[in-house]
Amino acid sequence: MTAYVPIIVLGAIALGFAMFSIVAGALTGPRRYNRAKLDAYECGIEPTPQPVGGGRFPVKYYLTAMLFIIFDIEIVFLYPWAVYFDSLRIFGLVEMVLFIATLLVVYAYVWRRGGLDWD
Amino acid sequence: MNPVLAVGPALPFHAPNVEYSDLLPMLIVLGVAVVGVLVEAFMGRRYRFEVQLVLAVAGLLAAFVSVVSLAGTNKVLVGGAVAIDGPALFLQGTILLLATLGVLSSAERSLDTGGVFTSAGSAIPGSEHERLLTATGVVQTEVFPLMMFAIGGMLLFPASNDLLTMFVALEVLSLPLYLLCGLARRRRLLSQEASMKYFLLGAFSSAFFLYGVALLYGYAGTVRLSGIATAVSSNASSESLLLMGTALVAVGLLFKIGAVPFHSWTPDVYQGAPTPITGFMAACTKVAAFGALLRVFYVGVGGMAWDWQPMMWAVAILTMVIGSVVAITQTDVKRMLAYSSIAHAGFVLTGLVATGAVAKSGEILGVSSVLFYLVAYGFTTIGAFALVTVVRDAGGEATHLSQWAGLAQRSPLVAWTFTLFLAAFAGIPLTSGFTGKFAVFSAAIAGDATPLVVVGVVMSAVAAFFYFRVVVLMFFSAPALDGPTVAVPSALTTVTIAMGALVTVVLGVWPSQVLDLAGQASIFVR
Repeated sequence: MTAYVPIIVLGAIALGFAMFSIVAGALTGPRRYNRAKLDAYECGIEPTPQPVGGGRFPVKYYLTAMLFIIFDIEIVFLYPWAVYFDSLRIFGLVEMVLFIATLLVVYAYVWRRGGLDWD
Repeated sequence: MNPVLAVGPALPFHAPNVEYSDLLPMLIVLGVAVVGVLVEAFMGRRYRFEVQLVLAVAGLLAAFVSVVSLAGTNKVLVGGAVAIDGPALFLQGTILLLATLGVLSSAERSLDTGGVFTSAGSAIPGSEHERLLTATGVVQTEVFPLMMFAIGGMLLFPASNDLLTMFVALEVLSLPLYLLCGLARRRRLLSQEASMKYFLLGAFSSAFFLYGVALLYGYAGTVRLSGIATAVSSNASSESLLLMGTALVAVGLLFKIGAVPFHSWTPDVYQGAPTPITGFMAACTKVAAFGALLRVFYVGVGGMAWDWQPMMWAVAILTMVIGSVVAITQTDVKRMLAYSSIAHAGFVLTGLVATGAVAKSGEILGVSSVLFYLVAYGFTTIGAFALVTVVRDAGGEATHLSQWAGLAQRSPLVAWTFTLFLAAFAGIPLTSGFTGKFAVFSAAIAGDATPLVVVGVVMSAVAAFFYFRVVVLMFFSAPALDGPTVAVPSALTTVTIAMGALVTVVLGVWPSQVLDLAGQASIFVR
């Protein structure tokens, strides 16, 4: 059970920080109405009201989502490598450089083919 | 060290050892694919086609040379994830040669302005946008890296020694193929329909495969085929997990080879895909998938052959019967060849069930006969589909059988070459098809599967009927007035057809070299 204590402490700190930020923001921040504040968080298409028949949305979102997933997966592989960096030594470094170089090729392709231009 | 990690016992960790030199064929092919992507990104459109073609062919031939130089290797690599042994190298060499022909015939540009593939993959078929893009005459060159990625997956598929690697290989080979199926220049809606059907059913079968892997992991506690074999022999845990896992993995693999009852995608996809891609899929995918099937059922669950053999018997019989009988009613050349490929998958399965057949020399007959059949079938198939591309009318390829009537009067050479391919499919002596069928049937007899051989011989006779109906149509019918013409292809397609025909004859007349090679290559590393 003692093994889980650091995780519980970390969770408590995270929760405390979130609650502190929300409460502090509500108490000290100014309240100015702005339409954008009621929009969906981050970005993307408006989820409501739904257009008839589901409507159409630009395929550009799909491209962005794909790119996001590629770099998200990169992090998934970088993390365990970072943890075991000591035991993997030069072998791990070379493999990771190869992996990132391959992803760089993908990135270069998308960039050159205009995948990063929104319009 | 991180305090969180320090609390628990330190996990044992061994840095994996990667034997790059033994993996060279796959590394070359995948490396060329990556370079191909860079060419697409940075090279001007004017030079892309030539550069991509030279890169692809040179890469495939270099990979073939490195496969040959690895001959005799018998090792388990990358911590047990990959096995480089006789069957793996034999099939990799076969795939590389067939893929070279596939790339050559896919690069054909003189039959259709702009080549086999559409210049406007993203445009809506029939739209003004499509017309504009097509008018630019742009040649689609992204197909080359796509094909190289697919070939890389195909090389890994029969060499994967654990089920997760096998799944990765399955996806690497499948995803580019889904895309390639949908890129035909003519009849784009049919092509996109084929791509969609292949993708949906392929994703479905991958899910079956993955669920089977999960159950086998639950049974054996490992995804390594050797570990599963150990668990089978020690009869460790619940047999129902083992049986269900084996059956689900089999569904995933039998889908890829197009065995009945998992064949329903084959005719639609083979008909809709660009014809050189159909030939490439029919030859290379089948070779790779049979390699994986052999490895799973000989190395992984070979110890419980008594349990899976009845299933394979049923699948083999169904595949032979339905493939041969339904082919009779087909009126389209590509669909007919698709059903013929289904029937051939059944014939290969009769060799695969003969697990007990071991020759005095130690040769595993079940494996060696399948290896030989795949070479024979692959070259004939890729040649036959390449030949279909040269019979054309104003709308592109003339694939309806009625249009092939009297073809011998228009072009005796094409008619005779197609007759040779059909004779090989039917298993007529002095063609590779006869030697291949003889090999799998004798292996099946040695492995006490005589009833299967009886079905196989009867179905060969049924199949011969519809093959020779086409021959009769070509030679003894009057040609239609507005019938198709035989276009003269460039050297690319000519080489493909000629190599297909050459191997078909050589393996029929003088098969001993390849038979010996298949015999020596028939033993799996464990």
